[in-house]
Amino acid sequence: MPQNEVVQGLELDDYKYGFVTDSEPVFRTQPGLSADVVRQISARKDEPNWVLERRLKALDIYDSKPMPNWGGDLSDLQATLDETYFYVKPQEQMERSWDDVPDNIKETFERLGIPEAERKMLAGVGAQYDSEMVYHSLKEEWEAKGVVFDSIEDGLKNRPELFRKHFGTVIPAADNKFAALNSAVWSGGSFVYIPPGVRLETPLQAYFRVNQERLGQFERTLIIAGEGSRAHYIEGCTAPVYSTDSFHSGVIEIIVERDAFFRYTTIQNWSNNMYNLVTQRALVHQGGHMEWLDGNLGSKLTMKYPSCYLMGEGAHGDILSIAYAGDGQHQDTGGKVVHVAPNTSSSIVSKSISKGTGRASYRGLCKVYDGASNAKSNVECDALLINDTSRTDTFPYIEIDEKNASVGHEATVSKVGDEQLFYLMSRGMDEAEAMALVVRGFIEPIAKELPLEYAVELNRLIELEMEGSVG
Amino acid sequence: MDDSPTLSVVGLTARVADEDIDILKGVDLSVRPGETHAVMGPNGSGKSTLAKVIAGHPGYETTGGSVAFQGQDLLDMEPDERAQAGVFMAFQYPVEIPGVSIANFLRTALQARLADGEELDLFDFQDLLLERMALLDMDSSFAQRHVNEGFSGGEKKRNEILQMAMLKPALAVMDETDSGLDIDALKVVAHGVNTLKAERPDMSVLLITHYQRILDHVTPDVVHVMVDGAIVQSGGPEVALALEAQGYEEYRSAAAAR
Repeated sequence: MPQNEVVQGLELDDYKYGFVTDSEPVFRTQPGLSADVVRQISARKDEPNWVLERRLKALDIYDSKPMPNWGGDLSDLQATLDETYFYVKPQEQMERSWDDVPDNIKETFERLGIPEAERKMLAGVGAQYDSEMVYHSLKEEWEAKGVVFDSIEDGLKNRPELFRKHFGTVIPAADNKFAALNSAVWSGGSFVYIPPGVRLETPLQAYFRVNQERLGQFERTLIIAGEGSRAHYIEGCTAPVYSTDSFHSGVIEIIVERDAFFRYTTIQNWSNNMYNLVTQRALVHQGGHMEWLDGNLGSKLTMKYPSCYLMGEGAHGDILSIAYAGDGQHQDTGGKVVHVAPNTSSSIVSKSISKGTGRASYRGLCKVYDGASNAKSNVECDALLINDTSRTDTFPYIEIDEKNASVGHEATVSKVGDEQLFYLMSRGMDEAEAMALVVRGFIEPIAKELPLEYAVELNRLIELEMEGSVG
Repeated sequence: MDDSPTLSVVGLTARVADEDIDILKGVDLSVRPGETHAVMGPNGSGKSTLAKVIAGHPGYETTGGSVAFQGQDLLDMEPDERAQAGVFMAFQYPVEIPGVSIANFLRTALQARLADGEELDLFDFQDLLLERMALLDMDSSFAQRHVNEGFSGGEKKRNEILQMAMLKPALAVMDETDSGLDIDALKVVAHGVNTLKAERPDMSVLLITHYQRILDHVTPDVVHVMVDGAIVQSGGPEVALALEAQGYEEYRSAAAAR
């Protein structure tokens, strides 16, 4: 069988989330971005004035910053943004019960398996549809312990002091162009507060769905993990397949207080017409532990580098990421660790698979400030190329201002070898099955960390190659 | 017992893909059910090429002759089809498959043998695996290790034998499985082959080797001497002993004179 046929089979093009729901938004802004659009969003949300002012200031910052040219190809993005709806409100209000969510939206999430996921013992579930959270719920036992898991808008309404104290402190609007954009037009996302000492035994899960064509989704999530607390938050993302491009630019701010543990898992499976430009960052205080588990499977272009700022002594950050770049996709992903305090440690493990004309880039920064003595960091990035046309690049940046620090970096690039395929085929597997087994083995160290249903989903995606590829 | 050959090689010529010169220059060989044949030869004689051509390695192309396995034209089949038909090759240099456990690897190999829509029963699989490992005196934890990753030479060969035990081939081609092994590891391989042969007397074995020493532990029915891409002598175990005493030199000069 020619290599190409097998490789076609490996295409993850059987995108089962590509359907469109026929739903009429209750409101949307005119296409394109302007101060007027920002005012309309703020007015719809009935926000205090300080929030509007922050939004308008962020818009100025956005306008003043050039389009980044160091990562993926953004040359068509401005034209896309001129046609983009920056705010689409799907229903009148967020619901606490599935029964109250409009039928067509509810059916969408049922098709995506959300209520089912909820029944599987999650601590809480949130669902965003276009620009707004349409549903949010938290199990009573956690609510009783003071846990807050809400839409960002309700976080602002119900916890104004906490919100104002932390909002924009981890990722200020001026951080980068897309953080500025998000800070101007943010809508939806979660507000999470875990009180000191509370340990959530099951994850909180948020699901992000884009339905409207030419939508820009700008969720904003703020998470405060109180001292000694422990929690796990999972987000999943999908969208219909349109011929026009869509845009997603989230900002996720996390504060990990002293001795707290927080894990944030993303399984991004956007359709291949999505620009996905996200800023995710955690401030980790003394003895705290932050873990990013980042899966990037979909989108046209993703630029995303989850970060840990290790602010307090003994803080620890882990970033585990896996990227799949199929035909026409560019995954520009990696991680950032910044060591500010002594005895901090971090680890980045990044695995990417490029197939067809796909391109996976690892981009990472390890920065150790003067005074962060005895800091330790280790970076390992492994790329697997399926075809001769596949591409991978590595851009590791290391800046060390402290003499007493240890930083390691290891990178490997491998191809699925002819000898590997022959070995497996000589045991009776066809070429596609052999390829899938090699790929599964490659991602195993990360896949085993995923929640079970996502690990199963990942395997399913990889095994799709078997179907119809055996000639 | 059916007397038609398990493996019949006639006038086989083959070369490394995209090269001009044949490595195999007309090999004739016939192995009947239950027979063990040893193919011995010096480095570069083509004996390993013969093993790879039988298994269907894509790096080689056949330029003439035929290979039949239980009456089927092997050369017309993909490597996986050959494996499913009952051909097994133990590799000289087994390949690492990082992140894939031996158990998972074997499960996938057995699942591949089932018809579409049929699912391997995991309990049956587990039972079979434990039974096979016990038969070969292997510790069950071995199956949890990643395929050949960080294995010693002996462990790699052990893994080949375990695969052979699980897949139960009609023809096992051992491609220099004994090279580079210390005597203990060599005995493991020999013990494995003998155990599996005792269990399934109909299994044919083609043992490709440079050295006589494995033949002290696995007794061949026929020994072939291969030099310069052709079999120059066939006989009983005494041929191997004569080789051990005299070396390949005599055969080489004869081949040069051809």
